[in-house]
Amino acid sequence: MELSDQIAQYLVSGLSTGAIYALIGIGFAIIYNTTEIINFAQGELVMLGGMFTLFFLNVCKLPLPLAIILAVAAATAAGILFERLTIRPLKSPTPLSLIIITIGGSILIRGIAMLVWGKDTHALPSFSGSEPLMIGSATILPQNLWIFGLTAIAIIGNKLFFQYSITGKAMRACAANRRAAGLVGIDVRRMVMFSFAISATLGSLAGIIVAPLTMTSYDVGIMLGLKGFCAAIIGGLSGGVGTVLGGLLLGILESLGAGLVSSGYKDAIAFIILLLILVIRPQGLFGRAQTERV
Amino acid sequence: MNREIIKFLLLVVVVLVAPLSVSEGYLLNVLVFVGIHTMLALALNLLLGYAGQISLGHAGFFGLGAYISGVLTANHGIDPWLAMAIAATTVTLMAFLVGFPILKLKGHYLAMATLGLGIIIYIVFNEAVDQTGGPSGLSGIPNLSIAGITFDSDIKNYYLIWTATLICMGLALNLVHSRIGRALRAIHDSEVAARVMGVNARLLKVQIFALSAGISAVAGSLYAHTMTFIAPASFGFNFSVELVTMVIIGGLASIYGSLLGAALLTVLPEILRTFQDFDIVVYGLLLIIMTMYMPGGLVQGIPALLSSIWGKLKRSPAAHA
Repeated sequence: MELSDQIAQYLVSGLSTGAIYALIGIGFAIIYNTTEIINFAQGELVMLGGMFTLFFLNVCKLPLPLAIILAVAAATAAGILFERLTIRPLKSPTPLSLIIITIGGSILIRGIAMLVWGKDTHALPSFSGSEPLMIGSATILPQNLWIFGLTAIAIIGNKLFFQYSITGKAMRACAANRRAAGLVGIDVRRMVMFSFAISATLGSLAGIIVAPLTMTSYDVGIMLGLKGFCAAIIGGLSGGVGTVLGGLLLGILESLGAGLVSSGYKDAIAFIILLLILVIRPQGLFGRAQTERV
Repeated sequence: MNREIIKFLLLVVVVLVAPLSVSEGYLLNVLVFVGIHTMLALALNLLLGYAGQISLGHAGFFGLGAYISGVLTANHGIDPWLAMAIAATTVTLMAFLVGFPILKLKGHYLAMATLGLGIIIYIVFNEAVDQTGGPSGLSGIPNLSIAGITFDSDIKNYYLIWTATLICMGLALNLVHSRIGRALRAIHDSEVAARVMGVNARLLKVQIFALSAGISAVAGSLYAHTMTFIAPASFGFNFSVELVTMVIIGGLASIYGSLLGAALLTVLPEILRTFQDFDIVVYGLLLIIMTMYMPGGLVQGIPALLSSIWGKLKRSPAAHA
C-alpha cells in the first residue's frame, strides 16, 4: 500500500474514534459547565452503555435497536442515580472532595459491573454487517458510518436542545451564573441532575457505537473516559464545536501516531497532548481566552 | 512536642516487637507491605494533606524508583545501594523540573495532569521492553546487603523496610511541625493569603512535590530489592487511586493517619480475598462514605465517634437522675 493510501486509512479510523472521544468529551463539558465538577465516573457510564446493550441483547434476547434504546435509558438512569447518591448529599463540596467522590463512584460502578458481568471482554455485533466499503483508496466499515452518523445526530440534537428548549436555556443560565439562575427561579439542582443525565446519555451512546469495533468489558471506561476528557480539554471544555474538533484531532493524531510511529505508545500520545495543553494553553486550543464559566 | 516524641517511641517499640507475635511467612510479608505503603501514603499526604495539592500519578514515581533501581542492578550490575541513590536523586530532580509547569494548575486540572503523567510513565514501563521486560516484568533484581547481612528473608526485609518507614515518619513529623509545615498548611487554606504573608508558595509547592516523589522513589527502590521482581501492573492508575484512598481514609494532614490508612488498605484486601473481587467495590464505597461522613479520616473520625458515644453514655444516666 502507498503511503498516501495508508494515511487515508489512518484518517478514516482516526476520525471515527475521534467522534467517540468528542461525544464523551461533550459529556464532561456539560457537567463541568453547570457544576464545575469533572466527573471522573464519565468513562464508567460509557462502559455501562456497552454492557447494558449486551445484557439486553444476550440475556433478554431483544432485537438490537430496542436493546440500544433500553441501554441508553438504563445508563442515563445510572447517571441520575450517581448524581443523587454521591454529588447531591455532599454538604460542603470542595474540588478535592468532588474529585475523590467521583473517583470513588467510578471504582464502585466498575466493581459492580465486574461482579455482575465478569472480567471477560465481549463483542457487540456490528449494526449492519462488516462488509468493508471502499471510499477512494481507503476502506471503511459500515460501523464507522454508523459512528459518524449517530455522533453527528447526537451533537446536533444536543446543540438544538441547548439553543432552543427552555430546559436547555435554563441550563445555560446555570452555567453562566448559578446564583443568578437560582434567583430568577431556575431549579439549579434539577439542572445539575439534567446535566448528569445528558452526559450519561451521550457517553453511553458513545460506548455502544464503538463496542462493535473495539470490544467492551468492565474496565474499558477508564481509557475512554480519559481520552474524552482530553478531547474536552483541547476544546477548552466548551461543550460545543471546540470539543468536537478536539476529539477529531485527538483521534487522528492517535491513529497517525499508532500507524507511523509506534502502536504501543498510542495511548501515551493522548496524555502527552493533554499535558502540553494543560501547561501551555489551559483554555484549550479552540477556547476563548476567557472560558464560559463563573 | 514531648508527647510527640513519646508517641513516636511507642510506635518504634510496637514495630520492633510486632514480628514476635507473627510467624515467618505470609503475615510477615503483609506487614512488609504495610511498611512500604505507609512510606507512600506519607509521601502523598505531605503533598495532598498538608499542601492541598492532589496527585493521581504517585504510583508512577513509585514505579520509577523501582524500575530505575531494578534496571540498573539487574541489567547493568550496579550496586543496589548506589542504584537506590540514583533512583531517588533522578526522580526527585525530575519531579522538581516537571513540578514547575504542572503545579501551576489547580484542582481538577492538577488531578488530570498528574494522572496523565502517571499513565505516560506506566506506558513506558510496558513498552520499553528491552530494558524493563515489558508487561511480563523484570526479574533477578538483587537484594540489598550491608556489612555482610543480605536482606533476603521476610524478617530481615521487615526490619529493613520498617527502619526506612520510621525514618521517613520521623522526618515528616519534623517537617510538618516546622516553619515549612506551617507554610504548607497556609497554602492549603489559602494560597493567596500565604503569598501575602511572604510564603513563596510556587517554590514550596514544587519542593514538596519533589520531596514527595523522592520518598515514593525510595519506597519503590526498596520494593524492587525486597521483591526481586517487578511488573508494570503494580504501578498503574489503580494503585495511584489506592494511595489517595489510603491518605483520605487515614486522615488528611496526619502522619499517623497515613500509617493507619496504609495498614487498613493493605490488610483489608487480604481479608476480603475470601470474597474474591469484592475489594474493588469496597474501595469505592469507602472513598465515597469517608468523603461524605468522615472527611477528617479515621484519625479524627474514630476519636470523634468515641467521644460522642461516650458523651451520650455519660449524659443519659444524668438525665434520668
